[in-house]
Amino acid sequence: MRGVIYTETVVFAPPEQFAADAPYQLAIVTLEDGKRLTARILGDRVAIGDPVELTETRNHIPFFSKK
Amino acid sequence: MREVAVIGIGKTAFGAFADRDLRSLAVEAGLACLADANVSPSQIEAFYLGNFAGPSFVGQNHLAPYIAGAMGVEHVPCTRFEAACASSGSAFFHAVASVASGMYDLVLVGGVEKMTSQTTPKVTEILAGAGDMAGEGRAGATFPALFAMIARRHMYQYGTTREQLAAVAVKNHSNGAKNPQAHMRKVITMEQALNGKPIADPLTVYDCSLVSDGAAAVLICPLERASEFTSKPVRVRGIAQTSDHVALDEKDDITTFRAVKEAAQKAYKMAGVTASDIQFAELHDCFTIAEIVATEDLGFVEKGCGGPYVLEGKTCLRGERPINTSGGLKSKGHPVGATGVAQICDVVLQIRGDAGERQIARHDLGLTQNLGGSGATAVVTILGAA
Repeated sequence: MRGVIYTETVVFAPPEQFAADAPYQLAIVTLEDGKRLTARILGDRVAIGDPVELTETRNHIPFFSKK
Repeated sequence: MREVAVIGIGKTAFGAFADRDLRSLAVEAGLACLADANVSPSQIEAFYLGNFAGPSFVGQNHLAPYIAGAMGVEHVPCTRFEAACASSGSAFFHAVASVASGMYDLVLVGGVEKMTSQTTPKVTEILAGAGDMAGEGRAGATFPALFAMIARRHMYQYGTTREQLAAVAVKNHSNGAKNPQAHMRKVITMEQALNGKPIADPLTVYDCSLVSDGAAAVLICPLERASEFTSKPVRVRGIAQTSDHVALDEKDDITTFRAVKEAAQKAYKMAGVTASDIQFAELHDCFTIAEIVATEDLGFVEKGCGGPYVLEGKTCLRGERPINTSGGLKSKGHPVGATGVAQICDVVLQIRGDAGERQIARHDLGLTQNLGGSGATAVVTILGAA
């Protein structure tokens, strides 16, 4: 699954259940079919317009990385 | 439909009150409101309560009769409205509809939230429940994160800057410092606002509203009866509530809140006014970017021009259209379920000419904009001198 970063942020103040993950990058990805998905970013930080692809799904959370 | 007037207002101070419970805050605001209109609890025909997450924050359900009974409002319909941060805006909307329809004459509308007894990560988690927990919430989206993503996109599309975001915080803190009931009565500098602790890039702690305890209440009746209770009635000129998708990723364009735009157009039409007629407003600055987007969605400025509008001082206390003279959610505080009704109280105070040190010169026609979640509920109200 591939897409482009529509918007992103880095979360420094997480909710209780994600305390161990912070800081983490969160993004809305525009997929190839035009639909959007809220996902986490693995690896390098991404910016608006960057192409990304799905690398894994963990606990129903999609993780994308820079292509 | 009958015309409706606000005849009483009452608020607690907003803040972190370790020794106060939810009910005592709501009762204090409600009784202050009834005293303001010289009305006794037994005259109230219905009680509408806005509360977002009392069951999660303090473990108490069935809040409307729980609070009403303690105020001496008994044997009448008492109902809680939940619409995230627009809970009491929504309660007010439905209360106005009930009086306009002729069903009731005297209706009390309250809003309350008791948030500070939970830790910040727990508060963050509870607030995240106003979003889509099966999608964005599960991925780790907090509310600051959702509005940070809105800010990022707004910066990308319109060139909005960090300074423009910070200008909202500086302005609202300046106003809140003059409000004796504000949570954080502290003036901040642009430098401080730009260098706050990061919460969700590009938002820092100074871009985020406060986690507060507090309550607010207003009393409404048909305009034709208002003079029985007050010499300074305030007319509800226009009001609308609209909705949109809960999840941010389901919206076509996240730099605008469609629900706010639609509510504003309906409210303007009902009031027979345009955006340019609005002299001042209390806007939902849950995050600094939200106030900037609101000024655009309400038609105060063209799309994309909200950043320069605030940075140039047009919305400060002595500007052409003062916004958040109360200090807004940023400085006055944001007990989420109380915010919508508190905004009504603050506009009524200005229209009456009773805003003290923060009183503005042109105060005949004001607006409130109350936002739920990342734009899934919007309530816009236009209030005018009777």
